[in-house]
Amino acid sequence: MDPVRIIEVKESVLGDNNKKAEELRASLKKDKTFLVNLMSSPGSGKTSTILRTIEHLRDEFKIGILEADIDSAVDAEKIQAVDIPVVQLHTGGMCHLDAGMTETGLNELNAPAYDLVFLENIGNLVCPAEFDTGAVCNMMILSVPEGDDKPLKYPLMFSTTDVLLVNKIDYLQLSDFDMEAMKKRVYNLNPSIQIFEVSAKTGEGFGAWAEWLRIEIRKWLT
Amino acid sequence: MHELGIMANVLDLALEYSQANDVRKIRKVILEVGEYSGIMPKLAQDFFGYIAKNTIAEGAVIEIKKVPMKVRCRECGAEAEIIPNNFMLSCLECGSENLECVTSGREWKLESLEVE
Repeated sequence: MDPVRIIEVKESVLGDNNKKAEELRASLKKDKTFLVNLMSSPGSGKTSTILRTIEHLRDEFKIGILEADIDSAVDAEKIQAVDIPVVQLHTGGMCHLDAGMTETGLNELNAPAYDLVFLENIGNLVCPAEFDTGAVCNMMILSVPEGDDKPLKYPLMFSTTDVLLVNKIDYLQLSDFDMEAMKKRVYNLNPSIQIFEVSAKTGEGFGAWAEWLRIEIRKWLT
Repeated sequence: MHELGIMANVLDLALEYSQANDVRKIRKVILEVGEYSGIMPKLAQDFFGYIAKNTIAEGAVIEIKKVPMKVRCRECGAEAEIIPNNFMLSCLECGSENLECVTSGREWKLESLEVE
């Protein structure tokens, strides 16, 4: 038996996706395209939030949408109905998107033609948080019916996003949701996160959210 | 949950370093994994076991060293580890909230190989 020796490696084994994501972000900067990675649980209002946001920003920015689902074109059809270009990705069972898949979708959409692209990620509070898609901005939605304890249960998602929309505030009267407690839990994980309270159903709160996004997009495009 | 893909990268990197260093057999693979990476050690070992068959890494033991999330105070330079579920907002030494991440707690690193 040969003597045992130690070989030092000290290299990240996540290299591939992180490197790809950085490269993608650099090309988005060059092409002046602001990519938002939108994440949340299923049913918290990603598509309806995108539709409301489009209403506010479509006159100023060229907008394209990447829809990602395990199956169906349900979401893409809603986007098509408002005459916004959309590509539907099917992940075939994958629980999240990575930078490689995002790049494929962006190429199909011809992303450089757009100022703003939303990537509607798979409805999942767990896996998408772990994979950098190359987006400029990571955004998540928590809806009131889901409860104010989700930041405690899914800390990674809440700590890796830049902006949180609390959706379905029209349900607040019907629920025990404690907005101040929820915000405190989120700020504990992520002191610099932006939080907006909205209702995609009624449109409440979208002015402030759209204004923040408008400023971020303009910064990226200059 | 995503141990398989990551362990495949670990195997590729281990074989690459082994080839460059005239290695006959890999006995142990030592990983440094962040406290918040969500790794399940048994899954990592099992997956590695499957994919390493018929390579010089067959039968290698996976050893996992956990790396905590660490922050440094930009005001006074004090460093501290973040305890799970107890994220601090301010420096314990000087009270400043101006903190930066030293280690994110989400790293996956192949630290070293124990080989023959």
